[in-house]
Amino acid sequence: MSEKSKLIQGRTGPWEIVLGLEIHAQVASNSKLFSGAAVGFGAGPNEQVALVDAAMPGMLPVINRHCVEQAVRAGLGLNAQINLWSRFDRKNYFYPDLPQGYQISQFKDPIVGEGIVEVERDDGTTFIVGVERLHLEQDAGKSIHDLDPNFTYVDLNRAGTALMEIVSKPDMRSSDEAASYVKKIRTILRYLGACDGDMEKGNLRADVNVSVRRPGAELGTRCEIKNVNSYRYIQQAIEYEARRQIEILEDGGSIHQETRLFDPTKIETRSMRSKEEAHDYRYFPDPDLLPLVLDPAWVQSIKDSLPELPDPKRKRFESQYGLSHYDAGVLVADQARAAFYEQAAAGRDAKLVANWTVNNLLGRLAENGGDIETSPIPPEDIAGLVKLIEDGVISSKIAKEVFDHMWAGEGTPAQVVEKFGLVQITDTGAIEASIDKIMAANPDKVEAAKERPQALGWFVGQVMRDTGGKANPAAVNEILKVKLGL
Amino acid sequence: MSDLTKLTLKAALAGLKARDFSSVDITKAHIEAIEQARGLNAYVLETPDRALAMAAASDERLARGEGGALEGAPLGIKDLFCTEGVRSTAASKILGNFVPAYESTVTTQLWRDGAVMLGKLNLDEFAMGSSNETSAFGPVINPWRRSGSDAALTPGGSSGGSAAATAADLCLAATATDTGGSIRQPASFTGTVGIKPTYGRCSRWGIVAFASSLDQAGPIAKTVEDAAIMLRSMSGHDVKDSTSLPVEVPDFASYVGKSVKGLRIGVPKEYRIPGMPAEIEKLWADGIAWLKDAGCEIVEVSLPHTKYALPAYYIVAPAEASSNLARYDGMRYGLRAGGPSLTDVYEESRAQGFGEEVKRRILIGTYVLSAGYYDAYYLKAQKVRRRIADDFDQAWQSCDALLTPTTPSAAFALGEQSDDPIAMYLNDIFTVTTNLAGLPGLSLPAGRDAQGLPLGLQLIGRALDEGTLFSLAGALEKAAGFTAKADRWW
Repeated sequence: MSEKSKLIQGRTGPWEIVLGLEIHAQVASNSKLFSGAAVGFGAGPNEQVALVDAAMPGMLPVINRHCVEQAVRAGLGLNAQINLWSRFDRKNYFYPDLPQGYQISQFKDPIVGEGIVEVERDDGTTFIVGVERLHLEQDAGKSIHDLDPNFTYVDLNRAGTALMEIVSKPDMRSSDEAASYVKKIRTILRYLGACDGDMEKGNLRADVNVSVRRPGAELGTRCEIKNVNSYRYIQQAIEYEARRQIEILEDGGSIHQETRLFDPTKIETRSMRSKEEAHDYRYFPDPDLLPLVLDPAWVQSIKDSLPELPDPKRKRFESQYGLSHYDAGVLVADQARAAFYEQAAAGRDAKLVANWTVNNLLGRLAENGGDIETSPIPPEDIAGLVKLIEDGVISSKIAKEVFDHMWAGEGTPAQVVEKFGLVQITDTGAIEASIDKIMAANPDKVEAAKERPQALGWFVGQVMRDTGGKANPAAVNEILKVKLGL
Repeated sequence: MSDLTKLTLKAALAGLKARDFSSVDITKAHIEAIEQARGLNAYVLETPDRALAMAAASDERLARGEGGALEGAPLGIKDLFCTEGVRSTAASKILGNFVPAYESTVTTQLWRDGAVMLGKLNLDEFAMGSSNETSAFGPVINPWRRSGSDAALTPGGSSGGSAAATAADLCLAATATDTGGSIRQPASFTGTVGIKPTYGRCSRWGIVAFASSLDQAGPIAKTVEDAAIMLRSMSGHDVKDSTSLPVEVPDFASYVGKSVKGLRIGVPKEYRIPGMPAEIEKLWADGIAWLKDAGCEIVEVSLPHTKYALPAYYIVAPAEASSNLARYDGMRYGLRAGGPSLTDVYEESRAQGFGEEVKRRILIGTYVLSAGYYDAYYLKAQKVRRRIADDFDQAWQSCDALLTPTTPSAAFALGEQSDDPIAMYLNDIFTVTTNLAGLPGLSLPAGRDAQGLPLGLQLIGRALDEGTLFSLAGALEKAAGFTAKADRWW
């Protein structure tokens, strides 16, 4: 993709969008960042609240080692610097779903420093996004405003849940790039098991910083769009916000730094608070907690236990299995897909298995709104299907039919072939009989074929039709050539 | 039977163990004493039924020849400690009738060791004050009076209830807390012994927080040995408090009576402040002489950053407090006022719930943490704090403990300083340094001023070296022979 195509044409000339993202990823953990209360979806209101989560007098936070480990894993997965000394700060503000009156976060000394993520665009080209930092912090509770006309209800189940905030550098230049970056981060976190990446439940959401500038000019003033929780919304919010800023600038106005909200029903962003109204969070080191000091050996042991990550896995799929960059990318985008593929490909024609997995199985799953986890066909059956093709038992064409029966749950490939009589005819006698019959019925075509060998294809088609597609195409070709004297 | 309330903790424990009297006996005696002493306003909540039930249970254990280190001993609990099922207020209206569903670690350990709770003791609101006058329940009256005067004196603060109750024999000993001097100054004002141990020695879990990096629990008791017995039960590592130290708890009482011969005692010259009353000077000189007699070597030391300690303290403590007290917002417990808007509820609940001194400190703390001021105040104060700790580290090169006066004056009259916050803050001038450096500090009564009021000496020790302080305090206690009690007027 050329650099130019990312520019937005305004009335007065081209503009460049500059994007930086803050991704909030809920740490996959059974308990909260500083309390033993359970973390989970679907509990009744305020059922997962420890005394410290409700900020009862005299209650103290104690760091959850598992959450720290998850942050380190995530940092390593982002090729980032792990800070062996970090610290928790208090971010002070009043809100009813923030019982302590402060959020425990990491302001000055985050657990993870700079890192680098390679991101693929839809057209297969790649770009680099710098990670500024990753820090641990507590989530707030939930205010529910629509249960009662006069009251707001507060549910503290989420209060104190561990979040990783991953702050990117302003390295993205289009809404597509932003969405691709979030996808990549999500994939990495899911590989690491550090976050389940469930965006519908809000377990992964992003604050998007948007500014525009003339190509090559200084950075413009940015606006931050808070809490966007789907790829589509991220793209819509950016598109709207960039247009809004461009219009203001082209009308001779200026952008005011502010926090904005995205309204997915109206597909627009709205001002939430201006810089002047911004909170003074009065950050200071939390005196209830000691600095977080990590043992280098512990960090190393985490590093040693990391799973193979998507980028190296893709490279391996390309070299080991001879897959196309595209197919390898589709397969490694999800750990379960990659595992499925490798299981199916063992001992089989790996490219053929990739074709069947990517084009047929994943395609069909996507049509039905599913992914590999919901596949009705197990990997060994994809392997079995490919083996039947390899062995010449069925043709690729029949294989599609077999696949449909497998999808419908009608059995393993062998059972389907048996049950529906889909075995390929390699018996030359049967093929010869069919050819003789067709040649006898079409003497004109026989003559024409002798003149124009390209007409051979017509005979092949007739034979296939006559045999219900079961004839081995290679055998048909061979015998036809002999019989037609070509 | 002689008045059981006059016993020291140590003597009472011996009597209980020997079955000379029962826990119910001594508990009843204290309950009666408390009823008669309501004029002192030391207790904000009396729990006689609970006390008698606990005492009866102790008696059963004692009868079986069992029982812990404090079995059957009736104690008072500063109302900053959360006690399960018993109203805990921090002497603030904002907590209202808050009844915790949990028990602080320190009190849990006391009950584990068999102690009996008589009730909750008065204090300055959220432990912010040096005279007990900021309490929502009104001030505690010091059992001591100036000779020939019936003017009501302060017992000091913030642990004024703990000190007054111990001095007036309304408990065998009491729990207290110390953020800038809140154990030692009241001990000094009431002729009792108080120790603020090393930061992290006692768990802060379940103690209403004032300034987390400075707050430490400790006992106020009648004698040095009693304080040592109390501290042993109160101390210990607690996984629920990340700042609690994972160290063994020594038998502190075993240090009392140990020889102090050869110990080097530092006398910090910066503590000789202008305008210090001659009586305090003399007391200090007496202390030095007694320790010398006991075989100690006296060395002059310098703690050059002392003068910055008080300003630094009055930045760090309010900063932490402003954040720690944000949870009192009228949402989940305690006082809720105002409405219908959220801002109204916040403003009214906090305006009505907090007293003037607490508000003052929240404002100071909010200010010093604000954008643009953080570096000049909070960060600078933290640097001062580091320097003060370095001063002490330097001093430990040439001495094993420091001896200073506890306070710059004897107990003052109620109302005398309450209009002048700065004069009030000066009460902490000799005590805040140990909080800033996290070191143990002990105050014991060592003399009386011309008006007959008790005066205290302070010993400061190395981190986790409370043992040496108890040995030195034992020697001073013996030499000073302070046995005076307040004449009973209440």
